[in-house]
Amino acid sequence: MKILVPVKQVATLDEEFELQEDELDVDHDFCEYDINEWDDYSLEEALQIKEANEGQEVEVIALTVGDDDAEDALRTCMAKGADRAVRIWDDAMEGADPMAIARAIAKFVEQEKPDLVFAGVQSSDQAFAQTGMQVAALLGWPHAAVVNNLDYTPGAGTATVRRELEGGLEEEVEVQVPAVMTIQLGINDPRYASLKGIKQAKSRPIDEYSPADLGLSEDEMGASGSLSQVRKVYVPEKGQAEMIEGTPAEQAARLAEIIKEFKGAAS
Amino acid sequence: MSGILVVAEHRQGELSDSVPELVGLANGLKEGLGGPLMVAVIAQDPSAFSDQVNLAGVDEIVQVPVSVAEFQPDVWEAALQKLVAEKGASVVMTPHSVDGWGYAPTLAAANGYGFASDVLETKVDGGEVVAVRPGYGEKVHMEVGFPGKDAVVLTVRSGEHPVVEESGSAEVTTAEAPDVTPRSEHKRFIEPESGGGVDLSQEEFIMSIGRGISDEENVEQFSELAEEIGAALGCSRPIADNGWLPKAHQVGQSGTTASNCKFYLALGISGSVQHQAGMKHVDSIVAVNTDPEAPIFSVAKYGVVADIFDIAEELRPHFE
Repeated sequence: MKILVPVKQVATLDEEFELQEDELDVDHDFCEYDINEWDDYSLEEALQIKEANEGQEVEVIALTVGDDDAEDALRTCMAKGADRAVRIWDDAMEGADPMAIARAIAKFVEQEKPDLVFAGVQSSDQAFAQTGMQVAALLGWPHAAVVNNLDYTPGAGTATVRRELEGGLEEEVEVQVPAVMTIQLGINDPRYASLKGIKQAKSRPIDEYSPADLGLSEDEMGASGSLSQVRKVYVPEKGQAEMIEGTPAEQAARLAEIIKEFKGAAS
Repeated sequence: MSGILVVAEHRQGELSDSVPELVGLANGLKEGLGGPLMVAVIAQDPSAFSDQVNLAGVDEIVQVPVSVAEFQPDVWEAALQKLVAEKGASVVMTPHSVDGWGYAPTLAAANGYGFASDVLETKVDGGEVVAVRPGYGEKVHMEVGFPGKDAVVLTVRSGEHPVVEESGSAEVTTAEAPDVTPRSEHKRFIEPESGGGVDLSQEEFIMSIGRGISDEENVEQFSELAEEIGAALGCSRPIADNGWLPKAHQVGQSGTTASNCKFYLALGISGSVQHQAGMKHVDSIVAVNTDPEAPIFSVAKYGVVADIFDIAEELRPHFE
């Protein structure tokens, strides 16, 4: 069986940053990139299924939709144990919202026919929480959002999962397979890549496709394949705490005063 | 097309708190876009919620009886798709909730509707809906439009809008749900484990720890500090995920809401949206963090930029 794990290279903004001149995005010179935290967990879940079923030939494929820079995320996945890495990109993808990204992932799924797709619940930069589910919709596949426990035996027609709901509540659901699931933090304990793994991953090939190679038409890519379009980006006015300055001893003294005032008022 | 369709989520027979808030936001949109404002109740017995969703501004309550007792994404998506077509709704509003994540993006993707998630504000510009959502870890806001889309699905963040409390005089109608075979099945709910007497929803004074404590072996000293200053010990998600404290100590969307808390001391917590969902309503929030840009400082009353270990050490003698 095959498990596809779409991953995203996410951006963290520096403390000080500037917007692009057209005010449609931030200036990417002020971004640092890393693999999305949720994707560490979805990759780990796939690797654990592979390792628990050694006789069954479970193949784990990491996929990203992004330019050359996004290869770092794929190398990380290979260093941890992904069998293959795939990158889909074309400059026509610029301006893509999650739906246009989902279209490219869904085309790859149609070609590769994995049994399961594990996407992160959301990304730490934009937190759309939609890409995985939109892949399911495009494929017409069963799906489950926000999975924090998974029980699946390769070859089985269903998986039993737990969804993490609000307020500590969970729901057990049986889902038909093939399926798309979005994976929540805490479902497992993601491994670190070994030094040997990192070294080996550097020289391993990454399969590259353009969305057109996979059968995506021009009007399904980038902004024209999106469900939304950014009109303007701006820095919001934020509430700001009254900052307590001084040495740690002075700060702690003021903090103690505030706590004691509260406790005095409460009692 | 015109009309706004608000989705009334429910679970275990309880209506979601999001409904009066979504109706409030939809009332604003109705002024700019025109009506009607409809609330869809997809449930085994939708009439059970009719009184609760009959809020000021709602023109029509559409009851959609379905065979499943609890949320099922295929059933909800099909029912909503049919309602949008039949009622000619141009906006569908759902909460940005765990269930919302399971049917709103698929509804939009399957039908080519416009879509925006985690929406903070909505407005109408030139007759078209515009949504504001955060980006880059909340550091910017982005205004998004939906050019050429007849219908738009928006998942709306909770706790951002005034709620409608006044009841209304909506017409109650019934719509038939399409016959679909659900491809997943709800088996059971699993209630949160009781936390050995910990119930943070009842506590007035909570001291919470986050990633900033770095290591499991540091939990104990902060647990002692909480006891010394008379606070209940809470934590953010990574601490519970790592198993350093039982889940009952976790404050936030997937943990406990600090409902009765009046004073919240956040140590080494950056303040993700999910964590803020459980505590930002608290009057007095004091945050200690080494990162002056941590989002927690935008909801805190007082902020301390410092190492939490230094502050803890200096704080202790004041309470001996």
